[in-house]
Amino acid sequence: MPPTDTAPEAPTPEESEDAAAPAEGVSTEKKGARKEDGDGAAAALPHGDAPGIRFEKVVKRFGSNVVLRELDFAVEPGERVTLIGPSGSGKTTILRLLMTLEKLDDGVIWIGDDTLWHMDKGGRRVPANQKHLHEMRKQVGMVFQQFNLFPNMNVLRNLTEGPVRVLGASKDEAVERARGLLDMVGLADKENAHPSQLSGGQQQRVAIARALAMQPKVLLLDEVTSALDPELVVGVQDLLRDIARESDLTMLCVTHEMNFARDISNRVLMFDQGQIVEEGPPDRIFGEPAEQRTREFLQAVLAS
Amino acid sequence: MQWDWNYTWDILPDLLRGLRTTVLATIFGYLIALVLGMVWTLLRRSPSRVFNGAVRWVTEFIRSTPLIPQLFFVYYVLPAWGLTIGPLTAGIITLGIHYSTYTAEVYRAGIADIPRGQWEACTALNLPRSRVWLDVVLPQAIRRVIPTLGNYLIAMFKDSPQLLVIQVTEMLLAAYKAGTESYHMLEPITLVGVLFIIVSVISSILVRRLERRYATN
Repeated sequence: MPPTDTAPEAPTPEESEDAAAPAEGVSTEKKGARKEDGDGAAAALPHGDAPGIRFEKVVKRFGSNVVLRELDFAVEPGERVTLIGPSGSGKTTILRLLMTLEKLDDGVIWIGDDTLWHMDKGGRRVPANQKHLHEMRKQVGMVFQQFNLFPNMNVLRNLTEGPVRVLGASKDEAVERARGLLDMVGLADKENAHPSQLSGGQQQRVAIARALAMQPKVLLLDEVTSALDPELVVGVQDLLRDIARESDLTMLCVTHEMNFARDISNRVLMFDQGQIVEEGPPDRIFGEPAEQRTREFLQAVLAS
Repeated sequence: MQWDWNYTWDILPDLLRGLRTTVLATIFGYLIALVLGMVWTLLRRSPSRVFNGAVRWVTEFIRSTPLIPQLFFVYYVLPAWGLTIGPLTAGIITLGIHYSTYTAEVYRAGIADIPRGQWEACTALNLPRSRVWLDVVLPQAIRRVIPTLGNYLIAMFKDSPQLLVIQVTEMLLAAYKAGTESYHMLEPITLVGVLFIIVSVISSILVRRLERRYATN
């Protein structure tokens, strides 16, 4: 799906599942129509106005090590961007800043028309408090390299915990939605299993479903197939390809799988040492990279 | 010295009553230790450095002083400030407080063992702090430390005869009283040993079962 031109006026706070929001007539209609045709996959996916993302002079340090040095870049609403580059180039840090897993040292990050790490207080921009972060995080979901499922809960509970505890969904609607998502990721029969009973690929599918259950508008994928056995990678990638095609999420993806990057993204950003070396549509970046650094990196990755 | 079976049967009921007191003191003291240990652990995570330091100092102090002076303090010194409690209650409370400083360490280690990814998943799901603790962190941490906690139950059971210094008629004091009346110490003291072994062995088997059950995942 191409990036939509209709950027939201402001990122609307997540509303509870079935609230028929008149203001969002179009998107609710779409959701309803998809539900009726009985296609679990499509119905389970978030649809609505995805926000854009903008980094302004973002700085992140770890001790004396400056990982991001006044980084500027923007992602359009609904755009899918893949970040590539050598380890330590700051790609994962970008995702972690967006998920508020790392603290921002300097600069501003925008999600839609609101700042993630700052809020407005009497006309001044001040560091965000927990409440603001909580509201902003509702728009963002993340899938991790190591899945990070909750081992003390079964699969279904992993998927309903957030919707029930955070979005205020009723148990029934959370379960119904979770089953739709499990169906979509091909694990409908595993709802009572515990994560330890699943293969890595299955765990990652559950983790994807868990992230989507929170109805995010931005989805962050952090090397989601790096921890998987080779034979399980394709299944997870295919699933994400479907999700990319069927939803209008804004997606940021860090990966070393160049074919996957080519399929899934509208744009590829090549990073090195916290800076964007080169960017462009995947075909151009992988087909005819302009920068020496990009060529070297791609050669190294493809050789491995 | 001859073993006297008639005498043995005579004193057995007294000793069993003592054993009941021992077990009661252990169980209730343990419950206090389990709950209070968690309180210490959570207090230690407060953002205030001064407060953390204070909690740490108090728990270290309690852990590094022996149980007997603590029993004396609770039973003989607190009444001077108007806090009078019976010997068994004083013993249970002291055992509980003393061991809570150990269980606190156990919980702390269990929480520290939770992989960072679990906390990060909680943030990514936007879970409120209460849910992070109740639904994710504590269930996993407690599961991991159940075997260690079980070992403290046995250690506490073996420490419980110290309650005799504040006149709690637990098993050892019951045996001692019987022995001084008849001038025969062999039977009562041997019985104490046998009863302790029986209860300890049973508890060890139960704890090992718990270990097997929880260590695998």
